[in-house]
Amino acid sequence: MHGRVKVKSTAQQEEEKRKEREKKLKVYLAARDACFSKRKEGIWDEGALQVTQQLLSSNPDFGTLWNYRRETLMHLETVRDEDEVQKIYEAELSFLESCLKVNPKSYGSWHHRGWVSNRLPRPDWARELGLCDRCLSLDDRNFHCWDYRRVVVKMSGVPVDQELAFTDRLIGSNFSNYSSWHYRSTLLPLLHPESPEEPAPPPRRASSSPPPSPQSRSHRVCEEQLLKEYELVQNAFFTDPNDQSAWFYYRWLLGRAEREEIISCMFVSREEERVSVAFSRAVNSAGLLLVLDGQPQRVEWRSVHPRFKHSPVWICDLAPGTISDVTNEHNLTVHWMEKHTHRDCALYTGRTESWCRDSATDQELFRSDLSVEKTSVLQSELQSCNQLRELEPLNKWCLLTIILLMRALDPLGYEKETLAHFQTLEVSRAKTRPLDAEQEVGSLTSSFSFFLFSPSRQEVDSMRSAYYGDLCSKFMIENTILKMEYAEVRVFSISDKSLTTLCHLDQLLLVTHINLSSNQLHRLPPQFAMLQCLEVLEANNNSIENLEGVYHLPKLEEVLLKNNKISTLADLEPLASCPKLKRLDLRGNPVTQVANVEAELTALLPSVVDLLL
Amino acid sequence: MATEDLPSEFDVVILGTGLAESVVAAAFSRVGQRVLHLDRRSYYAGHWASFTFNALLTWIQQHHEEPQPEEVQDWSSLLEEGEELIPLSNSDSIRNLQVFCFTSEEDEEEESPNTTEEERGGADEDAVRETSETESADSKDEETNQKTEEREEQAPQTKGEEPEADQPTPSAAQSQSEPTKKKISYTQLLKEGRRFNIDLVSKLLFSRGSLVDLLIKSNVSRYAEFKNVTRILTYRHGQVEQVPCSRADVFASRQLSVVEKRKLMRFLTSCVEETEEQRAYHGRPYLEFLCDQQLGDNLQHFLIHSIAMVTEDTPTEDGLAATRHFLRCMGRYGNTPFLFPVYGLGEIPQCFCRMCAVFGGIYCLRHSVSCLLVDKETNRCKGVIDSRGHRISCSHFVVEEGFVGTDRKRLATPTRYLSRAVLITDNSILPGNSDQQVSMVTVPPIAAGGPTVKMVELCPSTMTCMPGTYLVHLTCQSVGSAFDDLSPVVTRMFRTPQSHDQVTGPSVLWCLYFNMADGSGLEVEGHDLPSNVFLCSGPDGALGHEHAVRQAESIFLKILPEEDFCPPAPNPEDIIYDGETTSSTTGEEEKEEGERGEEEKEKEVLEEKQSLQAEE
Repeated sequence: MHGRVKVKSTAQQEEEKRKEREKKLKVYLAARDACFSKRKEGIWDEGALQVTQQLLSSNPDFGTLWNYRRETLMHLETVRDEDEVQKIYEAELSFLESCLKVNPKSYGSWHHRGWVSNRLPRPDWARELGLCDRCLSLDDRNFHCWDYRRVVVKMSGVPVDQELAFTDRLIGSNFSNYSSWHYRSTLLPLLHPESPEEPAPPPRRASSSPPPSPQSRSHRVCEEQLLKEYELVQNAFFTDPNDQSAWFYYRWLLGRAEREEIISCMFVSREEERVSVAFSRAVNSAGLLLVLDGQPQRVEWRSVHPRFKHSPVWICDLAPGTISDVTNEHNLTVHWMEKHTHRDCALYTGRTESWCRDSATDQELFRSDLSVEKTSVLQSELQSCNQLRELEPLNKWCLLTIILLMRALDPLGYEKETLAHFQTLEVSRAKTRPLDAEQEVGSLTSSFSFFLFSPSRQEVDSMRSAYYGDLCSKFMIENTILKMEYAEVRVFSISDKSLTTLCHLDQLLLVTHINLSSNQLHRLPPQFAMLQCLEVLEANNNSIENLEGVYHLPKLEEVLLKNNKISTLADLEPLASCPKLKRLDLRGNPVTQVANVEAELTALLPSVVDLLL
Repeated sequence: MATEDLPSEFDVVILGTGLAESVVAAAFSRVGQRVLHLDRRSYYAGHWASFTFNALLTWIQQHHEEPQPEEVQDWSSLLEEGEELIPLSNSDSIRNLQVFCFTSEEDEEEESPNTTEEERGGADEDAVRETSETESADSKDEETNQKTEEREEQAPQTKGEEPEADQPTPSAAQSQSEPTKKKISYTQLLKEGRRFNIDLVSKLLFSRGSLVDLLIKSNVSRYAEFKNVTRILTYRHGQVEQVPCSRADVFASRQLSVVEKRKLMRFLTSCVEETEEQRAYHGRPYLEFLCDQQLGDNLQHFLIHSIAMVTEDTPTEDGLAATRHFLRCMGRYGNTPFLFPVYGLGEIPQCFCRMCAVFGGIYCLRHSVSCLLVDKETNRCKGVIDSRGHRISCSHFVVEEGFVGTDRKRLATPTRYLSRAVLITDNSILPGNSDQQVSMVTVPPIAAGGPTVKMVELCPSTMTCMPGTYLVHLTCQSVGSAFDDLSPVVTRMFRTPQSHDQVTGPSVLWCLYFNMADGSGLEVEGHDLPSNVFLCSGPDGALGHEHAVRQAESIFLKILPEEDFCPPAPNPEDIIYDGETTSSTTGEEEKEEGERGEEEKEKEVLEEKQSLQAEE
C-alpha cells in the first residue's frame, strides 16, 4: 500500500545493536587496560578519576576500580586545599547518583558513597537523606539503601522521633516491609522507654517472681506506646492476615521478657560422690566453683555428654571418700562467678542424696518467649486475635499467635484449646489450587496481586507440620513439667501425646521415672543424659532408632523399649555405659531378628539380668 | 495550511476533532491512508476540548449569541453527472448555559473597607474582614438571585461579556502582597486565566481501560503526561469521607474498625473470582448481595457508590463486574484506578491528531465541509465540498454527529442529556496533609429520585487551574436542567450565597452550568446516509472513555477490516525514509535527515496549535 511508513526489520535492528555492542566492548576493554596500567604506574590524578568514572558508569560493580578511585581521591586530598577537596567529593556524589540510577542495588556504588560521605569536609546530610527517601520510594525494600540510611542517620544525628515518623510513613504506604517494622522496634525503646520506677510484676503469683534484671528491661517500651503499637499492628494484620511482616512485629511486641540467669538446680549424690548442677541457660564450665564445707574444691566439670561444650547441666565427681560417709553432714555451694550468683545445698546425716532448687513456676520456666505484660492487656490481645480467627478460621499466623497468647496467659487452663488449634494448623492438603491460576497470580503486578490471591486455600500450613508438631511437643512437655512440679513428684509421665521431639530435659534433672510411651519419638537425643537421677525409662511404642542419650546414667536400672525401631546392636551400645542396667525390654524391635542377638547382648551388657527379646 | 494548497484527493476525510474522530484519524494515517482532518471550530477536540478561563468565556459568549443563519450556498454547479448533494448542518447540543460569579468583581471594591479596618487594627481584624467579605458576597447574592429569576426567559448576563481589558491590574498585585489569605477576585481569575484548562466533559482514564491500552499500544502516550487520581471520596451523612480502596488505604483508614477492614479486604479479594454463590444472585440487586455478605452500612456504601459506582438496584452481576474492573485498574499506576491527563482531557484528542499528522495527515481548523457528493447509483459518498467551495474527493467520510441533521442519525436510545457544572473554588473539599490531591468524589442522590453525581476535583498541579484554586467538575444524567440537577449538590457541599450558614465547604468563586447531549445512544451508521459515511458521537456520561474508543475501532474495522488498529508507532530511528537504502549500513547523515523530516512534520502540528493559541 502506498504511503506506508517503512520500518527496519528486526534482523536489521539486531545487527545494528550487535555492532554497537561490539564497539562499546572495544572501548570498554581499552579503557580498562589503560586504567590498570595507570594504577601500576602509581598515577593518582584527575585523569585517573575520569577514566574510572567512564568505566564505572557502565559497570558499577568493578571493585578494583573503586579502590583505584579511592586511592586517587585520598592522594588528591593531600595535595589540594579543603575547598577543592569539597568540590571533588561533591562531584563524586553526583557521579555516584548517576551510578545508582543505573543500578540501585550496586554494592560498589553504595559502599563508595558511604566512604565519600565520611570524608567529605562539609557533608550535606539532608541531601543524603533526601537521596535515601527517593530511593526507598522507588523500592522500599532496597536493603543497600536501608544500610546507607542507617549510616547517614547515625552521622547526622537525626532525632529519633523523626525517624519513627519516617517508619510511620513507609508503613502507611505499604506495611509489607520488614525493614520498617524492624527499624521501629529499635527506635521505640529509645523514644518511649519503659519508666524504670514502674513496677511491672505479673499479677499472678507476683510474690514468687523475682524482679527482672536491669538488662532485660533495656529494650522494653512503655505501656502507653505499646497499646498504640498493638493498634497499629492489628490494623495491619486485619487488613492482610497473610502478610507475615506485621505478625513478626507483633511477636516482638508481645514477647520481650528475658529469663533471669540463675543456677536453677543442684543435686548431690552420696553414693556416686557426684554433684550435678542445672543452669537457666546453656553455659560452659569456666567460672564454676564448688565449695565443700567452706573449702574450694579442685574438681573437673564435665557436661553430661561429650558432644556438649555448652550445656545447661554440668556434673563433677568429688575425690573418692570426700562425702561417702553417711554419718557426716556436708554443706556444698556452687558459685557461678560470671553472674555473681551461687546456690547452696546441705547433705544431711543419713541422707544418700540431696538437692536444692527454686520451686519452679510457669512464669520462670516457660513464659519467657512471650510477654510479661499485664494479664489484662494480653487478654484483650487474645480477644482481638480470636475475633480475627472467627473471620479467618484458617489463618496460620492468627492461630499461632493465639496459641502463644494462651500459653502466656494460662498454659494449663488453655491446654485443650491449644491442642485443638495445633490440630487445625497441622491439618493439611485439603484442597490445592490448579497450577495455571497460580501462574496468573505470579504474573500480576506485585503490590496488588493480593486482591487476586485465592482466599479458598484450604490447607493451613502443611509445609510446616513438622514445626508445629515439635512446637506442640514442647508445650506438652512444659505443661507436664508444671504438673509434675505442682504435684512435687519425681515421676515424669507423658504418654500418648504425639510427641515428636524432646526438650526442656535440663528441667528433669531430678526425675527418677520417665514414661514416654506411645508417642512419635525417633530418638533419645544426647540431652537425655541430663536425667542424672533416672532409674526407670519407659518408651514403649515409639519409633526410636537411636539411644544416643542413654549415656552414663548412673542410676538407670530398667529400660523398656517395646515396639520401637532399634535395628542394630550398635544402636544399643550407649546402654553399656549405664552401670546399673538390669532389665531391658526390646520386644518388637528389628534388632531381635539379628542372628545370635542374645549372646551378643549378654556380652555387650553384662549387668542385664532380665532381657526380653 | 492554506486551502489553495490542499490536495483534492484523500482516502478519508474526517470532520470534527473529538476523541473518536481523532482516534480514527490516527488509525488511518498510521496504516498509510491519506487523511484530511477538518474542524469548523477554531480549536481542537470539539466537545472534548479544554479551555483557558478566557477561552471558556469566549466559548460561553458564542453559545449565547443567536446562531447566525447559515448562508445557504448553492454548490450544485460543482456537481458532476450522476451525483447529488447532501448538505451538512450545524447543530449544537449545548444548552441551559448559566454562569455565576460569587467572588468580587475586582479588588478595588474591597480595598477601601479593608483599609479602614486595618487602620482600626486589633485582634478581631480577620473576623471583621470576614464579615465585610460576606457582605460583599451577599450583595452579589442579590444580584445573582435576580438573575436567577430571569434565567427562564433569557440567559443571565455573563461575566464574560463584561469588558475585561479595562480592568486595572495593579490592584491584583497589591492584593497578593497582603499577608492574610484573601479571596481570589474575578480580576485575578481573568489575569491568571491561562493557567486554567477547563474541560467541557469530565472523565477519567481507567488504568486498565481501553483508552489507556490504546495509548500504550499505539505509542500515542508519548505525547501526553498523566497524574494519578490520588484519592476516592464520597459524600455521606453530609460529610465528605475518604473511601478506603487500596490496601494502604484500608490499613490507614480511621473510619473502619479492624473487623470492617478484614471484611472489606476479604470481600475485595474474593469478588475477583466468580463463585457459585455470586451466580446465585444473578438478576438480584447488588445491595442484597452485599447485605448477605454481612457487610455493614459503611462498607455497602463504599462498595456500591464509590467502588462499583452503580446504584442500589443494579443487578449483582453488573455490580460485581464494575467492582472487578475497579480492582483490576488499581495499583497499575498508583493507589487509585484512575489517571487524569496533565493540562486537561482536551489533550488526548490532540495527541491522536498529532500521531495522525506525524504519519502524514493534514489538518485544517476553521474549515468545514458544507455538503457531501453522493453517487446516485451506488449511494456512496464520492467526495465533499468544503466550506470554501473546493471539491475534495475521498473514499470514506467520517463526521462528528453535530454536523449531521437529526433526521439522518440513528439512535439506539432517545437523546439524553448530561448535566454539567464547573466550579472554581478556593479550597479542597477535603483538605488533607497534601494540598495537591486529585480527587474523584461520588455523590449518591441527595434526594430520592435525584441523579447520582460524579465529581472530580483537580488541584493546580494538574495544570488545570491557577494556584490557590481548585477546579471542580460535576456530571450527572439530566433530570432537569443542569442548574436544577446540580445546584442542590453544589450548595450543600460548597459555600455559595445560597448555602446554609452551617455549610463549611470551600467557597465557590465562579461556576458554570450547562447541558450537553449524551452521545452514548448513537449508531455509527447513519439513517439515509451513504454507506461509506460514518458518524462519531459526542461525549457520553460514563466515567471512562470506553464508548469513544470502541466506536473509533468499529469505524476503522468497518472500513479496513484487514488492518491492525493503531499498531505501535515505530521509533524514529527505525523508520526508513525515501532515498535511504534498506541496508542499515548507510551513513548517519541520511538518517538524521530523515529524523528532521519527521520533526518538521511534528513542528507543523505544533505551529497549528500555537496559531490557535495566538488567536485566543
